[in-house]
Amino acid sequence: MAERRRKMLSPQRPVVVIRGGTVVDETGERRADVLIDDGRVAAVVEDLDVPAKATVLDAGGCLVTPGLVDLHTHLRQPGGEEAETVETASRAAALGGYTAVLAMPNTNPTIDNAAVAREVLALGETALCRVAVAGAITVGRAGSCLAPMGELAALGVRMFTDDGTGVQDAGVMRRALEYARGLGVTLGQHCEDATLADGGHMHEGAWSSRLGVPGVPAAAEELMVARDIMLARLTGGRVHFLHLSTAGSVALVARAKAEGLAVTAEVAPHHLALTDGELAGYDAVFKVNPPLRTDADVAALRAGCAAGTVDAVATDHAPHPPESKEGPLDVAAPGMLGLETAVAVTLDALSPAMSFGAVMALMSWRPARIAGLGVDQGGDQGGPIAVDMPANICVIDPTERWEVDPERLASRSRNTPWAGRMLTGKVRHTVYRGEAVVVDAKAQR
Amino acid sequence: MAERERRLTPPRGGVFVPRVQVLAPEDVQRALTRIAHEIVERNRGLEDAVVIGLQTGGVPLAFRLAQILEEMEATAVPVGMLDVAFYRDDIGIRPVLAEAITAIPCDLAGQLVILVDDVLFTGRTVRAALNALADYGRARAVQLAVMVDRGHRELPVRPDYVGKNMPTRLDEQVDVSLDGVVLGDVVAR
Amino acid sequence: MTPPSPPPASPTGSDDLKPPPAWHAGRHLLSVTDLGAEGIEEVLRVSDAFVEVASRPIPKVPALRGRTVVTLFAEESTRTRLSFETAAKRLSADVLSFSLASSSVKKGESLRDTVETVAAMGVDAFVVRHSSAGAAAQVARWVDAAVINAGDGWHEHPTQALLDCYTIRQVLAERAGRAVSDVGVKDFVGLRVAIVGDIAHSRVARSGVLALSALGAEVTLVAPGSLVPPSLEGWPVTGVSHDLDAVLPHVDVCYLLRLQTERGAGSFLPSIREYTADYGLTARRAGLLAEGALVMHPGPMNRGVEIADEVADLPRSLVLRQVANGVAVRMAVLFLLLGQVVGGDAAGVVADLGHGPAGDG
Repeated sequence: MAERRRKMLSPQRPVVVIRGGTVVDETGERRADVLIDDGRVAAVVEDLDVPAKATVLDAGGCLVTPGLVDLHTHLRQPGGEEAETVETASRAAALGGYTAVLAMPNTNPTIDNAAVAREVLALGETALCRVAVAGAITVGRAGSCLAPMGELAALGVRMFTDDGTGVQDAGVMRRALEYARGLGVTLGQHCEDATLADGGHMHEGAWSSRLGVPGVPAAAEELMVARDIMLARLTGGRVHFLHLSTAGSVALVARAKAEGLAVTAEVAPHHLALTDGELAGYDAVFKVNPPLRTDADVAALRAGCAAGTVDAVATDHAPHPPESKEGPLDVAAPGMLGLETAVAVTLDALSPAMSFGAVMALMSWRPARIAGLGVDQGGDQGGPIAVDMPANICVIDPTERWEVDPERLASRSRNTPWAGRMLTGKVRHTVYRGEAVVVDAKAQR
Repeated sequence: MAERERRLTPPRGGVFVPRVQVLAPEDVQRALTRIAHEIVERNRGLEDAVVIGLQTGGVPLAFRLAQILEEMEATAVPVGMLDVAFYRDDIGIRPVLAEAITAIPCDLAGQLVILVDDVLFTGRTVRAALNALADYGRARAVQLAVMVDRGHRELPVRPDYVGKNMPTRLDEQVDVSLDGVVLGDVVAR
Repeated sequence: MTPPSPPPASPTGSDDLKPPPAWHAGRHLLSVTDLGAEGIEEVLRVSDAFVEVASRPIPKVPALRGRTVVTLFAEESTRTRLSFETAAKRLSADVLSFSLASSSVKKGESLRDTVETVAAMGVDAFVVRHSSAGAAAQVARWVDAAVINAGDGWHEHPTQALLDCYTIRQVLAERAGRAVSDVGVKDFVGLRVAIVGDIAHSRVARSGVLALSALGAEVTLVAPGSLVPPSLEGWPVTGVSHDLDAVLPHVDVCYLLRLQTERGAGSFLPSIREYTADYGLTARRAGLLAEGALVMHPGPMNRGVEIADEVADLPRSLVLRQVANGVAVRMAVLFLLLGQVVGGDAAGVVADLGHGPAGDG
């Protein structure tokens, strides 16, 4: 008891109280205040007695959920610092309610060896959220030689992907899955058949034909989804499908899951909300890989989220400097910002058809487990919000309306498709390892 | 040119409301006959004469005048029409309207051009016409015949032959045709 | 010379008239859809006047004196660029030509920086050709000047479609013994046109389909399966055919597209020879055309590929006329875009206008 009292008065980590909100985690939904002390949840009760020196975070009308976990973020460091750094991305993440992000390996140099992985992990230590690292499947993401997954796994890497491109060679993917199975890690696939997608800059369909833009057919993604499902069956390895964008992909994954295969899938918020018609003005901010598709695809992705076929919403946060985004479509870089707008866009797309709890599952505890960061896996993400659990929590006001101003985002880049639009739903506070890193929608450092 | 000017002067797009009939059709015919005599007298005949009507109001008058001259002197008189839209000095200040035909019957070098318009007002249309005519050859002389001179010149342009001098207020409008000359107002719709 | 007929009645034939088409109040010509049937008609009528200008000893008018027109071509295209430059010069505008292929852009300057730098020198209109769809639309977002799309990737080439319509109208008038100015867009209704060739990659085809169908023509596409766009949803065409022989006897205009040699390199088509065998307008196929049917081609022609040598030179082939009319049509477009009210309430002034009592044509 004395030990605990001493820790409570320790100046290192303040006592934080989240008051007046509705706690939503995988055990359910309940009105409760949350007391946080020394990095852990100390109490979850209604009408808490607030200790004297506590920082009080007002959560009236808000959801209090385990911190969000993003399975798919491009931190751009090392190599792309003019677009984003680990620090700026983590600030954007915290403002978006994320207490953990999984950094994609398509940096320069690639995260295909322990040295680069250590560098990114080290940068993450002072970040505003937990930075986990995904390694590449093949050296240089070139698609032929396996990267040293064992060496990276020893550093705690649990997910490997060549994201930015798919592993084109089925033989290479098969060997990679077998090797990964031996290590107990997951392979993430950016599903895009290079020969079918070749030269395309938007979804191939009615809009691309009208606009005269070379397109990427849905089949370019579905072909690789189908292939990797078969390879998962063949090898027993675990496959996670990154940013699925078509109705066909969702259907394939649903059948694979029904069969009991170890496959999981993520969807990006922009694919839950935007369609190829946004490119009518030839604004490259809407150019992304995989591309924005049709209303039917959006509907199928939403249905897939409700049905449990989709396991996670992952932002695919992809910062790009202005020069890359304002030129002709064919030379513009694909990708959109996502961390700070994910909550609003996802809530708008999936609720009220899905309950808040079901939506938060997609943004917090299910991705936490896929990334290997769950509390029951030795990590600290995903909750539940209960006594002695690590205090990674975000507070969301689901009704707050705000206008997206690219100049005022924490990200170093400005390429958000929501620029100038009104969104509903904002993160009010974020607590990371017991520290209130975001208070009243402002980053504290 | 009155028609076009009418449409571009506020109240734009209004309706012409006639007030006074100043000349009847017979008066117009007599005026054209008198002008024809004056042309022949001043130029001592019709050698090298070409009659050119300004689109659109001057064209019917030009054809009638040419007909009268032909009968008077028993000689063929070439007739043409000229649209000066591309030579206006107010391009970029006023909107462009649909164009009417330009058809010049012959090379104008050395010719006597009788330029015919319905109403002489600011003089800017005639200035544009002189520029346009210069592109068809260097005429020996250009003489201006108008049915109505309503005053309010903005450029140093003067007519050689006038059907009727009619001082007007700026806000009045003059409508001229072979059916007569009418003074009225343009009223906003 | 005979006296002219009375001034043409106003378009709707009554005193209570709508204002003239205001497409140029939008300040750009990026797509045929910017024009609508009325806009197309207006351009065709104004082009008549410029055809007359071209026939003069001095084919020049001072209409755009003091204005600066810049041609910004990222793709090599001598004939289109010269056509636009000639058009601008005949309107007395100052013309600058900027080849993006061989300029600072190659050194890495972005298109936006290049365009803004040039615009800073004082430009009234940009004529833009680029290999990427939407490039002209993007330029229009960056500058205050008027922007004319001279071809953006596979997307559109509006002035080509306009000059093609003008040429058809001209021939229809000659055939009927009428003055060109008497032929209006009504005469396009029911006209049967076949567009033959690489539709998928053709900006000429897209603009042509939009313009002809806006005027009421019936357009059929004829192409090998691999050269049809992935989706024809929303395309105002009567259908797609893979059998040129079956289509030819039933058309009034056979419009041939140029086949780029790289298409015949094996990935879209097995060979050029096979394309010509199935889709080329050979002398035999030209014989299948109805008596009065016309043959058109945007140029430059691949003689022996999409059109046989002898067919290109037949009287029914309008290729040279298309080129000649190109200058007049481009003059009309430049004049309509730049001859408007500069600044101020352009749309308001245009909207104000009606027609006076004796419809000034």
